[in-house]
Amino acid sequence: MSSGEITYVTVGPVSAIPPGMGRAYHVGPHRIAVFRTRSGRVFATAQRCPHRGGPLADGMLVGEQVVCPLHAFRFDLHTGQCEQSHVCPVQTYPVDITPEGWIRIGIPTRFRSSEDVSPLLTSC
Amino acid sequence: MTGSPALTPPALSVQREGRPRLVVVGNGMAGGRLLEDILACDPQRFAITVFGEEPYGNYNRILLSEVLNGSQEAQNIFLNPLAWYAENGITLHAGRKVVRIDREQRRVYCEDGQSEPYDLLVLATGSKPFIPPIPGTTLRGVFVFRTLDDCRHIASYARQCRRAVVIGGGLLGLEAAKGLMTHDLDVTVVEMAPYLMSVQLDEPGGRVLGQTIERLGIHVRTATTTKEIVGHTHVTAVRFADGTEIPADMVVIAAGIRPNIDLARECGLACERAIVVDDQLRTSDPNIYAVGECVQHNGVVYGLVAPIWEQTKVLARVLTGSDPHARYTGSRIATRLKVMGVDLVSLGRIQDVQSSDEVVQFSEPARQVYWKAIIRNGRLHAACLLGDLGPADQLQRLFHSGAEVPQRRVEIFFPPAASAAPVTLADLPDAQQICDCNGVSKGTIVAAIRAGKCTLPAIGKATRAGTGCGSCKKIIKGLIECFADSVTPDPSEDWYVPAVPMDKPTLVAEIRRRGLKSVSAVLQELGHGEDEKSKNGLASLLKSLWGKEYIDERDARFINDRVHANIQKDGTFSVVPRMYGGVTTPDELIRIGQVAKKYQVPMVKITGGQRIDLLGIRKEDLPKVWADLGMPSGYAYTKALRTVKTCVGSEFCRFGLNDSTGMGIAIEKRFQGFEFPAKVKMAVSGCPRNCAEATVKDVGVVATEGGEWEISIGGAAGAHVRKSDVLCRVSSREEVLRIIGRFLIYYRDNAKWLERTYDFVPRIGLDKIRDIIVHDKLGLGEYLDAEVEKMAAAYVDPWLEREHPAYEGQFDGESRIPLPMVT
Ligand SMILES: Cc1cc2nc3c(=O)[nH]c(=O)nc-3n(C[C@H](O)[C@H](O)[C@H](O)COP(=O)(O)OP(=O)(O)OC[C@H]3O[C@@H](n4cnc5c(N)ncnc54)[C@H](O)[C@@H]3O)c2cc1C
Ligand code: SF4
Ligand code: FES
Repeated sequence: MSSGEITYVTVGPVSAIPPGMGRAYHVGPHRIAVFRTRSGRVFATAQRCPHRGGPLADGMLVGEQVVCPLHAFRFDLHTGQCEQSHVCPVQTYPVDITPEGWIRIGIPTRFRSSEDVSPLLTSC
Repeated sequence: MTGSPALTPPALSVQREGRPRLVVVGNGMAGGRLLEDILACDPQRFAITVFGEEPYGNYNRILLSEVLNGSQEAQNIFLNPLAWYAENGITLHAGRKVVRIDREQRRVYCEDGQSEPYDLLVLATGSKPFIPPIPGTTLRGVFVFRTLDDCRHIASYARQCRRAVVIGGGLLGLEAAKGLMTHDLDVTVVEMAPYLMSVQLDEPGGRVLGQTIERLGIHVRTATTTKEIVGHTHVTAVRFADGTEIPADMVVIAAGIRPNIDLARECGLACERAIVVDDQLRTSDPNIYAVGECVQHNGVVYGLVAPIWEQTKVLARVLTGSDPHARYTGSRIATRLKVMGVDLVSLGRIQDVQSSDEVVQFSEPARQVYWKAIIRNGRLHAACLLGDLGPADQLQRLFHSGAEVPQRRVEIFFPPAASAAPVTLADLPDAQQICDCNGVSKGTIVAAIRAGKCTLPAIGKATRAGTGCGSCKKIIKGLIECFADSVTPDPSEDWYVPAVPMDKPTLVAEIRRRGLKSVSAVLQELGHGEDEKSKNGLASLLKSLWGKEYIDERDARFINDRVHANIQKDGTFSVVPRMYGGVTTPDELIRIGQVAKKYQVPMVKITGGQRIDLLGIRKEDLPKVWADLGMPSGYAYTKALRTVKTCVGSEFCRFGLNDSTGMGIAIEKRFQGFEFPAKVKMAVSGCPRNCAEATVKDVGVVATEGGEWEISIGGAAGAHVRKSDVLCRVSSREEVLRIIGRFLIYYRDNAKWLERTYDFVPRIGLDKIRDIIVHDKLGLGEYLDAEVEKMAAAYVDPWLEREHPAYEGQFDGESRIPLPMVT
C-alpha cells in the first residue's frame, strides 16, 4: 500500500463522479477534490483554493483545468499551476485507477523537510 | 536529509553563487517596478528574494477602481506573472508577511519564525487605509479599498445591498462610489471638508465637481463628520456629528492612508510620518533602503505612482552601482485623473497661495468647466483643470519646464492661434507616451491596431493602454481612426461567447442545422476551446432553443445552477424561496422561521426584491431545507426571472388605482422559471406614485387613471441608472401578460449573453421593439406567444430535485475516508 513517502487510499468508484464534475473527500487530515474530466481522466487536488479557500470540487471543469467557483481563478489539474499565473499553485495528488474502476489517491505520509522545498512556497 | 531542529528556524536560501543577497519587503507598485528597474540595469547583480503579503504576483493597484466598476477583469491588471519571477531567478514569497527585521543579524522574519538573510534590504511596504477612531468600523459590511481582495469583497457584498455610504470624498472615495453605483446601489459620499477632493481642488473647483457628481445620481454630503457606524452584527446606518443618520447596508471607508512603517519603526529606523530616506533612498541604516508610499523624502510623503517611478529608477541605479551618484530630488506632482467620467488635471498644490501670487481663473458653470492657475514670480506654480482639459498640455509644459508664462496671462488658457499649431496624431513620434498610467507608447498602440485590434477594449486587452484612468481614450480612438481603415476589425467582438467564433444569429442557425443539443456537442463541432463563460452561455442558449429536447449536461453549469442556490464566500449557500409578488402569510413566515432555527441559519435577510433570504446553508442540507420550506425556488441564483416587486395597491392603499399585488402575482406565476441571457427584474405599482419603483426595472407596470396599465422596459437602478422606456398602455391583465411575454421572448432570442435589457432596449431601439411587440409588424406575434406557452409548460420547480437528484453526489458534502494505518 505504501510507496516511498506516499500511501494510496481508495476513496470510491470512478462512477461516483459524473463526467466533467468534481467531488470532495476528506482523507485523514487532507481535504481533497477529485475530478473526472469529460475525456475520462481522473485528477486530485486540494479542496481549498489557494486564493481564499473556495471549494474547488464545486468548480467548473474546462478541459483539464478547474475554475474555482468563488472568483474564477483557473488551475491546471496536472500541475496545480494557476492559469492566471500570479496566484499560488494548488497542491495536486497522484491518482491511480484500479482495473475494477476504484479511485486511489496518493497521500503524502510524511511532511517534506525544509531542504526539499521552501516551506514558504508550499504553504501559500 | 531530515529537517533542522525546531529551535533555530532554517534559513530559506543560501547565498547564491556568492552574489549579494537583496531582499525586498513589499511586492506592490514600488517593489515590482524596482525589480524591473534593477534587472534593466544589471540582471546578474543580486540574488533577489521578495516578500509580499498579498497572495499574488504584483498588480496595478490604480486599476482596482476599474475592477470594482466592472470595466476591467481582475486577471488583466497583473503586471508580472509568477513565471516572470522564476525566469529572472527571483524568489517570490507571495502571501507572506515580514514581521520583524533583525538589523544586527541582517535577517527578516516571517510570522512562523522562518527567516531570510540579506546583504541589502529594501522596504516597499506602501500604505494602509486610515480607519477613523469611531464606533462600528468592525461591523460586517464595513470595507476599506486598497487591495484586490478588498475589491472582491466589496463587489460580492454589494450584491445583497441597496444603499452604500462612502466615508471620504477624495480621489479614492469617489472611485469607490463610482464602483458601487455600477453594482446597482444608492450611494452617498460623506466628506468632512467643505468640498470634494480637497487635496487636488480649491473650494470653487470642489463645488463644481460636487454638482457634476450629484447629477450622476450620487448623493454628496460635505462638511459632515461621521460619528458612528450603526448596527448590531452588520451595518444598518451611519450617524453624523450633527445627530442626523442615514440608512446604509454597507460602508466603504476611504478616509486617507497611513504609510506602513511598523516594521521600520520597531527595528529602530528613523521614522516621522513615514520612513525617512535621503536622496539615495537610504534609511538611517546604510544597508536598508526604502521606496514608494512608505517613504518620506525631504519632508514629503507621496500618494501617487508618478513619483514612485522616479524613485525606483534612482534606487536601482544606486543599488546596482550603475550610477552610484544618482539622486532623487523630489517630484513635482502633476496628475491627470478621471473621476466618475469627469476629467481633472492637477499640477502642484493648488491650496498653496501667497499674497504676492497671481491667480488666473476661468469658469463656465453651464458646462461644469473650472480652470485655475497660480503664478508665482512669473512661473506656473500650481493649476487645476476640471471638466475640459483644453489647455492641459500647455500647462503641463509650463509646469515641468519652469519656463516664464506668457505676458498676457490669459494666454495660459487660450494660446494665440498661431502658436497652437495643430499636430496630427499621425505625426506624433512612435516613442510618444500615450497612456501615462501604463506607460504605453504610440508605437505599441499602432502595432496593435495593425494586428486587428480596432476597438478600445481590444487595444486595452492587448496593450493595457486606456485601461488606467481612461483619460487617453480619446487619443486612442483618434489613432484607431487614423490607422485602422486598411485592416479588418477584430471579429471576436460580435461573438455570442468567446469559445465559438460566431455571432448569435449564425450560431443559432448552425446549431439548428446540425441539431446540436448539448454544450459538449456545440463545443466539439463549432468551438475552438473551452471556458466557463462559454459553457454557461451555451447552456442557456441551448435550453431556450430546444426546451425539453435540450440535453442538460450539468457540468456545463456554474455551481449555482447545479444545486439551485447561490454559493457564498465560505462555500455555503443561500436559499430564497419564491413568494409571488412579495406576498406571504403568517403560516409561511412561521415555517420559514422554524426552518431557519432548525438549520441554525446564521443570517435571515429581506432582499431588495421583497423576498426572504436564508444565508449560510450547507450543500448537504439544501434538499432538507427545501422540503421543510415546501415552497418553490425563487431563482435568485441564476439568469432568469428574479422577482416581481409590488406595492399594496388598491387592496389597501388609499391612493391605489388598481390591484398591483394581484397583477404582480399573476406575472410572477406566468413567467417563473423563464431563463434569459441575463437576470430580469420586474415591478408593479398601483398608481403613478410608484412605490414599487417600477420605472427602474427590466419590465415595469404602473396602474394609471382610467383603469389602464402602463408597461415600460429597459430600466435599471445602478450605475446605469436608466428610467425605463414606456412601451404601451393596455387595459386588461391578459394584455399585460401578453405584451410582457412577447417582449421577454424577443429579448431572450436577440440579446447577447449577459446583456441586460437596459443595454438591449437602446441597442435595438424602442420604436422597433414597439413595432414588433405591440403592432406585430414583423408577424412574429404568434411565434412569440407560442414560445411563452412552451416555456410556461416546461416549468418545473428545480427544487424538486431534492427527491430525485439529477446526478450522483449532487447534494453531497465532503465524504470522510479514514486514513489507513501506515506500517
Ligand atoms: C483604488 C486605488 C486607486 C488609485 N488610483 C491612482 C491613480 O489613478 N493614480 C495614481 O497615481 N495613484 C493611484 N493610487 C495610488 C497608488 O496605487 C499608490 O500610490 C501605489 O500603489 C503605492 O505603491 P507602493 O508600492 O508604495 O505601495 P503598495 O502598492 O501598497 O504596495 C505595498 C505592498 O507591500 C505589501 N506589504 C506591506 N507590508 C508588508 C510586510 N510587512 N511584509 C510583506 N509585504 C508587505 C503590501 O501587502 C502591498 O502589496 C490608487 C490607489 C488605490 C488603492
Ligand atoms: S404606488 Fe400608489 S397604489 Fe401603490 S402603494 Fe404607492 S401610492 Fe399606493
Ligand atoms: S477562493 Fe478560489 S478563486 Fe478565490
